[in-house]
Amino acid sequence: MSARTPDEIRTVIFDVLGAIAPETDPSTLVPGKPLREQLDIDSFDFLNVIIRLHEKLGVDIPEADYGELLTLDGAVAYLARRCAAD
Amino acid sequence: MREFRMPSLGADMDAGTLVQWMVKPGDTVKRGQVVAVVETQKGAIEVEIWEDGMLDRLVVEPGAKVPVGEVLALLRADGEPAGAAAPAAPPVAPPPPPAIAPAARAAPAVPAAPAARARISPAARKLADELGVDIESVRPAEPGGVVSREDVERAAAARKGAEAPAGKPAAADWHAQMRKAIAAAMSRSKREIPHYYLATDIDVTPVMDWLAAENLRRAVAERLLPVVPLMKAVALTLREVPELNGVWENGAFRPSRPVHLGMAIALRGGGLVAPAIHDADSKGLDQLMADLRDLIMRVRGGRLRSSEMSDPTVTLTNLGEQGVEGVFGVIYPPQVAIVGLGKVVERPWVAGGAVGVRKVMTATLAADHRVSDGHRGGLYLAALGRLLQEPEKLR
Repeated sequence: MSARTPDEIRTVIFDVLGAIAPETDPSTLVPGKPLREQLDIDSFDFLNVIIRLHEKLGVDIPEADYGELLTLDGAVAYLARRCAAD
Repeated sequence: MREFRMPSLGADMDAGTLVQWMVKPGDTVKRGQVVAVVETQKGAIEVEIWEDGMLDRLVVEPGAKVPVGEVLALLRADGEPAGAAAPAAPPVAPPPPPAIAPAARAAPAVPAAPAARARISPAARKLADELGVDIESVRPAEPGGVVSREDVERAAAARKGAEAPAGKPAAADWHAQMRKAIAAAMSRSKREIPHYYLATDIDVTPVMDWLAAENLRRAVAERLLPVVPLMKAVALTLREVPELNGVWENGAFRPSRPVHLGMAIALRGGGLVAPAIHDADSKGLDQLMADLRDLIMRVRGGRLRSSEMSDPTVTLTNLGEQGVEGVFGVIYPPQVAIVGLGKVVERPWVAGGAVGVRKVMTATLAADHRVSDGHRGGLYLAALGRLLQEPEKLR
């Protein structure tokens, strides 16, 4: 998978979150606050987010790294790094 | 002739609205087959039939709200001749007036002779399914013609215009109904069931470490959620204290051999349901994960099955994800116990005279004192704690 810009990654994340929590408007998310709190998603939804990000971006996200995806900012930074490295 | 009746889909249900028949007269039905969709206070439920046979006649039409126990359809057992117990004329007496919402009830639908059925294109049938249109009610544009996608679209548009106020309740209304259903069940529980409550802290380091290693070697889509091995442990341990698994009915406890584990699942926007994962004690972790995934998807999509709603033998509630350390549940009648799991936290833990940091979870039990005592409940939690030290036994 080739490198992607933070904006591209943010768009992918918004797509994925929109499918999981359709009633929320991703543009209202506070980038530094935990996503799960803002979207009221549980571990099942969160696993689905990880699965879809993996499908769309082609990066493997080990469970030990889940902590890096807790906020929007964290997720964008982590995924940008992983896309560039792969 | 056998009678297929409106099932009770939980202690809080007194009536349901028949939304759709999935079968028609003359169809062969098999035990466990979904034959109808019923709208309840907790959403649309797919209702299964529990006898083999041939569907003789539909007694209730879609749109009718009928009380629990009312005859919905008549069924001929295998080999039973047509009309064996049901004279062709006069038709069976209409059922007694329903206690609920008579205005919403359609006249008993007993077509004397089914009209020649229209031919339906597979694409139209599929579209009707997607749009929730009763395909049998769609008429082709030309008499005698084939029902097409266009006919279905027209029927869907007409229904939208004509039935909008009478269709599925608006979100706010549905939410109020759900609250009412929960209030009824929980009030009954607190009124009738003498609860006792126990809690214990369990070192879950072995099972959580085992799970982390297991998930590390799995593809992302095959990973297990932390609750899955806990579900298995909760279900397996019930074999050791069977008086926590079953139902209280007619003044007596009826134990259940299989563990149908009711999973308390919160709904987005409020409310909750606790449908069953059947035979949770004898399923492997991958099967439990698949079942949980399927159940959650159908809870959110509003497509639960009647057996899942009506036959949990015990409930598991897991509020750990919200950061809650302990939850003392309210038993869902007619069940007699609810197990609560809290958040897994790292804590100082003394073992063998030394202090170490371990992953610890508070497990609780609320149980019915008419059936069991604190001593037996305590044995259950102790056995659960022991089993969680041996994750390889949970596979």
